Amino acid sequence: MLLSGDPPRGRILSAMLATIVAVLAVAPFLFPSTRALAVAERIAILIVLTASYDMLLGYTGIVSFAHTMFFGMGAYGVAIALTRFGAGWGQVVIGALAGMLLAIVVAAIVGLLSLRVRAIFFAMITLAVASFAQILASTMRDWTGGEDGLTFEVPKTLTSAFRLGGGYNGNLVTYYLIFTVAAVLFLFLLRVVNSPMGRVLQAIRENEFRAEALGLRTLWYRTLAGAIAAAAASLAGSLLALQLRYTGPDATLSFSLMVDILLIVVIGGMGTLYGAIVGATIMTMAQYYLQPAMGGLANAFSGVPLMQAVLDPDRWLLWLGLLFIAIVYFFPTGIVGRLRTP
Amino acid sequence: MSEVLLELRGVETRVGRYQILHGVDFAARRGRVTMLLGRNGAGKTTTLRTIMGLWRAGAGSITFAGRRIEALGTPEIARLGIAYVPETMGIFSQLTVRENLLLATGRDGLASDRLDRLFALFPALRERYSVPAGVLSGGQKQMLAIGRAIIEPRSLLVVDEPTKGLAPHVIEVLIEVFRRLKQSETTILLVEQNFRMAVSVGDDVAVMDDGRIVHAGSMADLAADEALQHRLLGLSLAVHQ
Amino acid sequence: MRVSLENLAPKLVLPAIVLAALPIIGVSNWLVLTVAGLAMGAMLFLMAAGLTLIFGLMDVMNFAHGAFITLGAYIGITVLAPLAGWSTGHSWTLNLAAFAVALLAALVVSGAVGWGFERLIVRGVYGAPLRQILVTTGGLIVAQQLFIVLWGPNAIPLVKPPTFSGSILIGSAAIEKYRLIALALGMGAFAALTLLLNRTRIGLLVRAGVENREMVEVLGYRVRRLFIGVFIIGTALAGTGGVIWALYQELVTPQLGTEMFVLVLIILIIGGLGSIGGSLIGAMLVGLTTNYVGFLAPTISLGSNILLMVLILLWRPQGLFPVAKS
Repeated sequence: MLLSGDPPRGRILSAMLATIVAVLAVAPFLFPSTRALAVAERIAILIVLTASYDMLLGYTGIVSFAHTMFFGMGAYGVAIALTRFGAGWGQVVIGALAGMLLAIVVAAIVGLLSLRVRAIFFAMITLAVASFAQILASTMRDWTGGEDGLTFEVPKTLTSAFRLGGGYNGNLVTYYLIFTVAAVLFLFLLRVVNSPMGRVLQAIRENEFRAEALGLRTLWYRTLAGAIAAAAASLAGSLLALQLRYTGPDATLSFSLMVDILLIVVIGGMGTLYGAIVGATIMTMAQYYLQPAMGGLANAFSGVPLMQAVLDPDRWLLWLGLLFIAIVYFFPTGIVGRLRTP
Repeated sequence: MSEVLLELRGVETRVGRYQILHGVDFAARRGRVTMLLGRNGAGKTTTLRTIMGLWRAGAGSITFAGRRIEALGTPEIARLGIAYVPETMGIFSQLTVRENLLLATGRDGLASDRLDRLFALFPALRERYSVPAGVLSGGQKQMLAIGRAIIEPRSLLVVDEPTKGLAPHVIEVLIEVFRRLKQSETTILLVEQNFRMAVSVGDDVAVMDDGRIVHAGSMADLAADEALQHRLLGLSLAVHQ
Repeated sequence: MRVSLENLAPKLVLPAIVLAALPIIGVSNWLVLTVAGLAMGAMLFLMAAGLTLIFGLMDVMNFAHGAFITLGAYIGITVLAPLAGWSTGHSWTLNLAAFAVALLAALVVSGAVGWGFERLIVRGVYGAPLRQILVTTGGLIVAQQLFIVLWGPNAIPLVKPPTFSGSILIGSAAIEKYRLIALALGMGAFAALTLLLNRTRIGLLVRAGVENREMVEVLGYRVRRLFIGVFIIGTALAGTGGVIWALYQELVTPQLGTEMFVLVLIILIIGGLGSIGGSLIGAMLVGLTTNYVGFLAPTISLGSNILLMVLILLWRPQGLFPVAKS
């Protein structure tokens, strides 16, 4: 079955997910504006990125700060292939595969190097390695375009120059490419966490020593989980490159993107995978539509200096950060966990 | 019948998702040595850790010197005058023997008369006084662990399998030490598998199985009754060395 | 005791690198770079020392530690602004007084905020590494935003007191005065911490607690209370390191601490988690590598510390001076 025997459970949650998926599935016909389509594309990409992160955080119990690095590998893979060798489908595939391969190899190395010590060590090392990736991307200007990043042409089928009739063009193809790949990847991740391996990962998360005693090679399983998550993240990155026709360090590697991922997974619900869908949707919608509303609120307090400052739309991470802490403390399973019937 | 110093009633303890103790009842009387026996996995160590507050009792009561202690934190329980030597001995291997002992004393530090008394029991510790405890032999570490527990007078000494893995001549030293402690009227709760140790120092005995006390009585009676030993412990104490 | 190459080798890494750099770089530049590296190391040590003890004692990795570095830097700015008369004049006594007040203010405020942070944020997540990482990261996100609210998003310049600037000539090597001051402060802090750890009862408890927390409790000590003290000292030192670093760079940004935090993590990983001596050596290694490589191959200097970390991890997965846990 498509959902790997792990349905959302809970009426409100199912309705919510069904709505999100249905709207995403027909988004180009519902919202003809380019901006709305970009929002929908971003949601689809973020769902894969955060779902793959949830596989690590929620199911395996390890915190990585390098998830954006893998995202970046996929994005730069496609970007570099298209920049260097021209806009063709072969280049897209090769770039995406190369980025994915690199992501898998690096994830395996990082996992083998640090996961045998302890979870905290892994978090520390990934943070260091992620900053290294940022440095690399900005110093290897010849390949990456440095801080400016790379702007490139995509295959003609994906551009507005490609006419489909009925007023539709290649943007529609881009959208459904992203939507389909994202859907397949999400269902794949859902299958992985509900496979025997997924249960092993959760057993390890619950009690490492016991899992070790049962003869489970925890290092191997965790590293494998890390590699799968990295591969999915890198493919999400490749999708982003196709969507934006641009790849740069801020869009793919920044710490603030990493913070977004953490916020989405934790607020949506760790260890549920569906949390990624709910979280990515709410977060993106809020970013595009709610955040500007904060500006109005801030203006209402224009006489009160500190109030105005904390309500400034640019400070919205302040509030999300507080929400994040509160959720970790009081609702560790996030929105989905609350809505799910046990 | 001497007064009860420590009493457990219906103590239940869970560790993670496993319930280890299913209602433990027993008492240790003042000035006597109470042996806690039982197969591996019967819950002896869990009982000791629960007494010390290292694991929380989910149900039941623990009374020490007339005071309920099951809700207290470990440091508070220790300050009531209970010394605990875990099975792993809990030696600080990076600290010197002296520093290990210093940690067990009050603010006034190591009084020389107490040290002399300790060295009389464990001469080996005098020679190794200034070396890191990590380089001690297994027997010396156990001597240090027990030394640390008795350097200041305590009302109750709780020791988990002190002879485990030690050479016979070291065990003899420990038996001698416990005999002397007994003479000084120290109340002791001892988990032990070594028969000679159990018989030579034990006054009372409680036998555990599957998280409960299945027998309580005098050590001498149990030592004399091989059939009872078989039934309770699955083997005779004499062969179980 | 086994005194083998195995035990000796980690201690030789630092002198080996310093000596190896000499013939490659040439005496005069080498002297400048070595002092610069050691000074940077001393400042990094201030930022790292507390974190390593906090981790050693309670297994708490505070991912918001970098925020305390930033906080110290901003407190420095806030305090030095009204003291401009003292800190920009040419009297070295007044310069020193302003500097001392800034250090003290950073120390006190960071420590106080650290205390609040421990009570509010960290306390509830002992023994839960995953939630700990998440909650402290959340703390970092919030702190980062609060810095912008309070001090604005833009970099704020900060000027060294005039008598602290300039250089001393040794042969043809110009050694910046402020580097020597930073080095002295870092080494002073190391000496004070070492004395505290090795000569006091509190220090004895901390060392014991790092090795086996449970046993310290069994001996009747409240490790949590001890930990709060260590947490305060750790965050206070981070703040002090932050203000010294800010005066060295003469610039403060809201990201200052986060950038330094990556180096602090590398130091902890290299040195061995929980070891004060290890974090000193680690800090010096990072400081020296940054400066030597920055001179020899500027393009890779930014990443050189990560390469150093990977090399050391491949050799010793637990770092150079791992702390035995029992």
